[in-house]
Amino acid sequence: MSVELVPLLQTRFPKEVLVSHHYQGQATAILKREGLLALARFLRDDPSTSCDMLMDVTCVDYLKFGKSQGSSPTLATPSPLPYYMQPKSMTERWERLVSSEDFRFEVVYHLYSTTHHHRLRLKVPLTLADPVVDSLTDVWASANWFEREVWDMFGVQFTGHPNLKRLLMYEEFKGHPLRKDYPVHKRQPLIGPVN
Amino acid sequence: MSAAPDLGKLNWTTTRLDAALGWARKFSIFQYPFVTACCGMEYMATATSHYDMDRFGAGFPRFSPRQADVLFVVGTISHKLAPVLKRIFDQMAEPKWVVAFGVCTCTGGFYDNYATVMGIDTIIPVDVYIPGCPPRPENVLDGLMKLQDKIAKGATAVLPTDISARPAELQAPHRPEAHL
Repeated sequence: MSVELVPLLQTRFPKEVLVSHHYQGQATAILKREGLLALARFLRDDPSTSCDMLMDVTCVDYLKFGKSQGSSPTLATPSPLPYYMQPKSMTERWERLVSSEDFRFEVVYHLYSTTHHHRLRLKVPLTLADPVVDSLTDVWASANWFEREVWDMFGVQFTGHPNLKRLLMYEEFKGHPLRKDYPVHKRQPLIGPVN
Repeated sequence: MSAAPDLGKLNWTTTRLDAALGWARKFSIFQYPFVTACCGMEYMATATSHYDMDRFGAGFPRFSPRQADVLFVVGTISHKLAPVLKRIFDQMAEPKWVVAFGVCTCTGGFYDNYATVMGIDTIIPVDVYIPGCPPRPENVLDGLMKLQDKIAKGATAVLPTDISARPAELQAPHRPEAHL
């Protein structure tokens, strides 16, 4: 079961795994980026885990996490939003287990084992100054295009990737569109008018 | 005896000739279905037996732009694909027509983001707009018949239009913040 993966990882890789949990039956481990490649090879090759399928690689930008509104509404300054959209206290929202000030991005890997039928989520927090992580194309071939998409949309670089080019946007596109500080209404057509 | 050609009768003859040519052309459409997305399902549904585009003469798609005369742009066009579409259109020989099938090709549809072309008439001239997400086959056949009227009149692809030449219901407002 997925639940046993988490203690197994913590005993085998105590220094690389920062924190882990299994919320709602889903095992998640947050790693240091140095330990990612070794952990990935272990997860694929070890017969007790044998995670032979990389389901997804994606990235989250935590720039505006928890900061959608300035502060909680008070009686003097009630929120202009309706009740169900008012900012909620930290305990009512998603928690982030590493600090958002230090780590802006988090690359998320979803693994699945077709033999044991368990799933695992790995998260690698990265800073804006150095958004680089090891590529997993040698371990799972499906990582190739997933990592190209993450590079295209977020600007996270993958060392050792055979062909890190943009996948969804055209090569001359400037910027990384799914970052939170990419202007939402900006348009850069390759041919044709801007508006 | 060599009578001078009766010019009145000659005009009538040429108009009848044009009408015959238009009739022949409108019932022999070799379309290039440039299908990218979900509208392709409705295109296929219209082409198959229940709604049947073949009874309008559009039963043989040609998957080469050199051999086709109508370009059916079916489905969302992204900015990455836009130069390819322009190139395909440029490779077609005159007379050629373009049908914008589905609202993504008419105006961008419900997409309004960094990746989608807001209407293919920003890139290539369009003759018939078939809005719908996806359009019902009846709508597609209606658009096809409007295209047939245009072909029969002999009106070939218009000069590159800008967005203001779109039909009123497909106009898009100008957004200054897009130029950021």
